Amino acid sequence: MLDLVWLIPALPLAGFLVILVFGRILGEPKAGIVATAMTALSFVVTVGVFFDLVSRDESERHHVETLFSWIPVGSLSIDLAFLADPLSITMALFVTGIGSLIHLYAIGYMHGDPKFSKFFLYLNLFVFSMLMLVLGENLLVTFLGWEGVGACSYFLISFWHTRDSAATAGKKAFVTNRVGDWGVMMAMFLAFGAVGTLSYDGLNHAAEDGALSAVTATAIALMLFIGACGKSAQLPLYIWLPDAMEGPTPVSALIHAATMVTAGVFLMTRVNPVLEVAFDWAPTLIAIVGVATALFAATIAVAQTDIKKVLAYSTVSQLGFMFLAVGSGAYVAAIFHMVTHAFFKALLFLGSGSVIHGMHHEQDMRKMGALRLLMPVTAMTFIIGWLAIAGVPPFAGFWSKDEILLYAFAKSPILYAVGMVTALLTAYYMTRQVIMVFFGEARWKDRSEENGAHGDREPHESPATMLFPLVVLAGLSIVGGFIQLPFTKDLHFLEKWLHPVVEFGEADIKTSWAYENKYLLLVIAAVVALVGIAVSTLVYAKKRIAPIEPEILAEGWYYDRKITDFMGGPGRQAFDAVATVDNRVVDGAVNGVGRLVQRIAEAVRLTQSGAVRTYAAGVGVGVVALLIWFFLRGVVL
Amino acid sequence: MSTFAAATQGTLPFPILTALIAAPALGALFTVLSSNKRPEITKLIAIVSSVFTGALGLWLLASFETGEKGFQFTSKHEWISDWGIGWNVGVDGISLFLVVLTGVLFPLVIVGIDPHHNEKRYLSWLLLLEAGVMGSFLSLDLFLFFLFFEIVLVPMYFLIGGWGYDQRIYAATKFFLYTMAGSAFMLVGIIATAVLAERDLGFVTFDLVQIAEGASFATGTARWLFFAFAIAFAVKVPLFPLHTWLPDAHTQAPTGGSVILAGVLLKLGTYGLLRFGVYLFPEAALWSREIFLTLAVIGIIWGAIAATMQKDLKRLVAYSSVAHLGFIVLGTFAFSSQAMTGGVMQMVNHGVSTGALFLLVGMIYERRHTRQIAELKGLQKVAPIFAGVFMVVMLSSIGVPGLNGFVGEFLVLIGAFPTARWWTVIAATGVILAALYLLWAYQRVFHGEPDEANAGFRELKLREGLVLAPFLAIIVFCGVYPKPMLDRIEPSVEALLERVELVTGYAAPEAEPEADVAVSDQGGEE
Repeated sequence: MLDLVWLIPALPLAGFLVILVFGRILGEPKAGIVATAMTALSFVVTVGVFFDLVSRDESERHHVETLFSWIPVGSLSIDLAFLADPLSITMALFVTGIGSLIHLYAIGYMHGDPKFSKFFLYLNLFVFSMLMLVLGENLLVTFLGWEGVGACSYFLISFWHTRDSAATAGKKAFVTNRVGDWGVMMAMFLAFGAVGTLSYDGLNHAAEDGALSAVTATAIALMLFIGACGKSAQLPLYIWLPDAMEGPTPVSALIHAATMVTAGVFLMTRVNPVLEVAFDWAPTLIAIVGVATALFAATIAVAQTDIKKVLAYSTVSQLGFMFLAVGSGAYVAAIFHMVTHAFFKALLFLGSGSVIHGMHHEQDMRKMGALRLLMPVTAMTFIIGWLAIAGVPPFAGFWSKDEILLYAFAKSPILYAVGMVTALLTAYYMTRQVIMVFFGEARWKDRSEENGAHGDREPHESPATMLFPLVVLAGLSIVGGFIQLPFTKDLHFLEKWLHPVVEFGEADIKTSWAYENKYLLLVIAAVVALVGIAVSTLVYAKKRIAPIEPEILAEGWYYDRKITDFMGGPGRQAFDAVATVDNRVVDGAVNGVGRLVQRIAEAVRLTQSGAVRTYAAGVGVGVVALLIWFFLRGVVL
Repeated sequence: MSTFAAATQGTLPFPILTALIAAPALGALFTVLSSNKRPEITKLIAIVSSVFTGALGLWLLASFETGEKGFQFTSKHEWISDWGIGWNVGVDGISLFLVVLTGVLFPLVIVGIDPHHNEKRYLSWLLLLEAGVMGSFLSLDLFLFFLFFEIVLVPMYFLIGGWGYDQRIYAATKFFLYTMAGSAFMLVGIIATAVLAERDLGFVTFDLVQIAEGASFATGTARWLFFAFAIAFAVKVPLFPLHTWLPDAHTQAPTGGSVILAGVLLKLGTYGLLRFGVYLFPEAALWSREIFLTLAVIGIIWGAIAATMQKDLKRLVAYSSVAHLGFIVLGTFAFSSQAMTGGVMQMVNHGVSTGALFLLVGMIYERRHTRQIAELKGLQKVAPIFAGVFMVVMLSSIGVPGLNGFVGEFLVLIGAFPTARWWTVIAATGVILAALYLLWAYQRVFHGEPDEANAGFRELKLREGLVLAPFLAIIVFCGVYPKPMLDRIEPSVEALLERVELVTGYAAPEAEPEADVAVSDQGGEE
């Protein structure tokens, strides 16, 4: 079964090609069904590979499947090859699994869109790219997927490109990601220079064997982290993700919550031996950036009024948690949180999509309220997602977040404290969202009366194709945390499964205060989540406390606007200056020389006709004559 | 004789390289002689001769001995024996794909684009141009090369001047004089090289291989000679700051002229730097590498920034060429097998993707009679297939993996990193800028709601699609499976580097585990 790993990305690729050629003939809903079926089949193959891996000994859970030699030049030899091991297959499982659900959902969500089949064309191309990313045997195959998902993200964010904001958001995402990609390229160059290969095995073994110096390892790790900051929307490159919400909601769920944005976390985990060799400050830096992003984005989420923007900032924040885990050496916790987050954040996004669908494309939460009565399934599942992300036991998010905070505490209590504040805010703003959307008074009623003719457009529950994925994801958000329970070592299923791709981390923190009091931390985490929910309820449901939503938070600390202003202002002027200098100075000099020569020539023009055409014609005739003479001399044969 | 002169006629019973030059030349002659009253016959002659040349090119590709580093299919005949000038042609991995590209591009241009007037003269100039380009890529005789190198100028001048846009005369004259001025240095260089080589060889010859293998120039002399060649090529590339003829020539040239100019003509510069600059004067090339690396990197960034601010779509693509050619020069002067191989591959890649971009811009102009970005809007909505093709070509130009542009760019950068680290670090930021200027242009032209003027934009026609299809096929194939191409380029690049090593003692770096660092590191830690 392991040698069939290539089928996992090949199936969505086949779907892409089929829709590329027959998309218009297939139309709605067949194009969507083809795309969904291909992704689902890919999931089936992944499950097969998964069970094959499980049945093997731990040391044999590693299989490289080489298709062909991709870029071989001299000592550089890059294969188009896949690596099937616990880490890549874990990623592939939730990419194809959640991917299938979101494809199915999209059949309902995109109903009636004139570009229905094109949407699924891009969606399948995305799944293919994402699978190349996670299954790549070397950095370059991963990079192929990395750029591929970036391109698909661009297509899909600007899917409704006649809207200027969507077109701009797509471009912004691509260009910002490219800044990060520069880092990934640098990391590849460094790795090739240091170990002569780009394969993960080669790089990781070199790190484990001590063949990689701390300087190089640090440089590689930080360059990859720049790439991760771009793709996984961390400070200072997060700015594209909130704007990416311009894309259709299934895209937000699939790409900008569950899969693509976690690529950075995956990449750092993939090369974790390199991080281990790097100077200590490198992981610390990653942890600080992660926790800072987590807090920063959480504060912004508190004041958002767009239902998707709240979730977008929340995603940035949760990704920050994952980098906090990576920086704290808790790779298992990072992957754990990535998986649970994929469940509940996909659920929340799809739920919000269901709300938007039911509200006739209204995204402003101030115009919602009391929707639980009209959209019971959406509301129920959304509430489960809310409990999971808020960190209420025993839902999925509680366990993964707790594990991250445990390791963060062991690294530094400050990281833990900031993480805890973020967790409090998470519970707070998610409760705010649930109350604004599903509880309280129905504010959409006032509006429909205002709108007169549209007054009868009451919110409605979504069709079954959209609700089924919600129910499945809600189930996963409840039980997802049980793959890694903190109580005894026997319950560390994920950790045992990922070993030895990721070393057991527990030994490193065993002597710490945090580890000895891990049940206390568990209780604190639960209490903090409940406090956040309680305060938010007092503010938004009971209205006992006035909400604090200052403009500075609603505007995201003005960070994005400052950057936009800079790009449109001094940045643009500098670019303009270059173009002007090129035209006036560089080209001006050339024309100046030309004029000078012309003036001198005018003095002696009496002997010449001065027409370049005549000269050139003369040369041309001469050349042809020469050629003819040349052939006549018979030198050819 | 050494390996370089190893003449392999291959299995072909006739001198295919000579035929590659003769076929378009004869085509040019016959089109001139053809009747004015039967334009369809003229067109047929042009199509037949260019398609035949293209087929010969593909045949050459198929018969080319992979893994062979020397020149193949050589054919050598005395011509002006008193001066040692000969009809001396050959092909190796460095020139192979440029020859094939030339063979493929011309029929596509001839079939795909109709000139607006005087088709007969247009076609004969185009065919003469093809003969000149083929000759330049195949010549192994300095004099013969110069002859072809100059021939190329004439038809290009007339194509721009005769079939171009508003400021065509200005642009054509600028192109002609600028290049001519550069060539003057080369002519002096060529004659001086032959004269000086006579002292070592004992006889006068313009034979490239004989001079390279047999003559040894004094260091100072070689540097002067190298610069004489390099200036001509730097203008042709064009290398910053000698690039300003390019935007004018490109913008004013008719679509066919732009495609050929970007596709193959600019490669005469980068090819010349490798074939004549580095090969004849390795020490001088190595000595001056920092100058070229710096100018190349400035070109990458400068060209990209200037491209961003252009208001004319064609001018934007022209400036993007300055940036792309910078990568090729970076690859050449990085002196490592990956970078140089990547540079050679990038010559072809740039020809394909920029050639296709110019075709597409030409099609936009045909429909809208404007190239101003501000006057175009929302084309994706009215012409989705056209937009899709543009998108693929654009992504190739941006260097997205899976498409051809990435492979070349990546090889250049990864190869240059060990030998020219900081230049590479800066050059790689050009990848960000490429995304910026192309996506921004794409957004303004294709995204949004089409206004009245653009609402009637016609979708891609079948003929246009058929012309673009080979470009797309090459873009995807070379991105997914570049190995056949790399396998043919690399041995010749290795041979060139071996020669550099032989003459200068410079050794191209081989990536090896960080032995020295690791050892000292372990020593420190344990």
